[in-house]
Amino acid sequence: MAFNILEPGLSTTVQDQGRIGYYRFGIPQGGSMDQYAATLANRLVGNTVAEAVLECTYIGPKLVTEADAVIAVTGAPVDIYVNGESVPEYERVTLKAGDELKFGVIKGGTKYFIAVHGGIDVPEVLGSRSTYPIGAIGGMEGRAIAVGDRVPVGASIDNGLAELSAIAEVDRPVYSKDVNVRVMLGLYDHNLSANGLDSLLNSEWVLTPVADRMGLRYSGPGVEWKDRKQPFGAGQDPSNIVDAGYAVGSIQIPGGTQPIILHRDAVSGGGYAMVATVISADMDLVARCSPGTKTRFVAVTMEQALEARQKNAARAARIWS
Amino acid sequence: MSHQIISPLPGIFYRKPGPGKEPYVNEGDTVSAGQTVGLVEIMKQFSEVRAEFDGKLERFEIEDFGVVNPGDVIAITS
Repeated sequence: MAFNILEPGLSTTVQDQGRIGYYRFGIPQGGSMDQYAATLANRLVGNTVAEAVLECTYIGPKLVTEADAVIAVTGAPVDIYVNGESVPEYERVTLKAGDELKFGVIKGGTKYFIAVHGGIDVPEVLGSRSTYPIGAIGGMEGRAIAVGDRVPVGASIDNGLAELSAIAEVDRPVYSKDVNVRVMLGLYDHNLSANGLDSLLNSEWVLTPVADRMGLRYSGPGVEWKDRKQPFGAGQDPSNIVDAGYAVGSIQIPGGTQPIILHRDAVSGGGYAMVATVISADMDLVARCSPGTKTRFVAVTMEQALEARQKNAARAARIWS
Repeated sequence: MSHQIISPLPGIFYRKPGPGKEPYVNEGDTVSAGQTVGLVEIMKQFSEVRAEFDGKLERFEIEDFGVVNPGDVIAITS
């Protein structure tokens, strides 16, 4: 069983929960950029959280299923068509062999996810099916799907849960053009001047079109750094440090002008000061932001970050029970 | 009958295939279905924006190097 790809979309990749455990070797964790939205699709089709899905970016694929299939689309709002007939998002949809699936123009956000019962069954690489195009591993031969691909679908599985036919409105992600992203300061916020820190936390930053799975660049007033003698091994610009590991979600400001949030496919280290790090609970929120989104970085404590993570985990546990 | 050419993508709209090149099409030119009228750049990819119908390109609603969002009208044809 497979999906035959008639049109690939802008950048449609196979993603799962990610490739954990290799970041120290420079292999990013990857995985669905909006983990929560992707797992909702898996829940609807009777998978576990671990099955791979298709992550669609702005423009989705046009595909034909070889056999009957149960699918669901979740994530950014978009019109979905089966043989030209509209079908709902956030609901289980049954396809017959030969049915054609395609999408309208995205109405907000950036990513939507197609899950199929049995999961997308490409080979695992380093324990994950996630596509990492820069490293050319995972997914369909290490790249986004292409015209003529036969994307394999796995055998039926039993997740042991009661069937869920639709995701309740209250449990669906919200797509806003005006967001507060919670961050923890550090590791290098001490390199900012008082004014610089004030700019970071009390300015409105606007997401530019330079945003993808690796990072998201924001425009705004810029930040000011403390005067200091650059240490041996660091570059001349005050935004440079002696190379260090980058935390997932960390924010760097090359040249002090445009902050970049490093996301799931980002490089694992380098020589820019990380002034703050997006808390894990808000990484999906960042993934949902489309260019032009007004963003404020709100500093929280470790306790608040852990509480937010706990809250997300409790919601997931409820949906997966 | 007038038709709208819609951007399916967010990004930067370009009327020329590259710096120093002629625009794909000018206002008042005739266009045929499938003809490229511009590019939208997002995520280091340039996607062609095409006319869906034969006709005359009446006007651009987005200027060269302008920012577009999905669903925005890029141009009107008649």
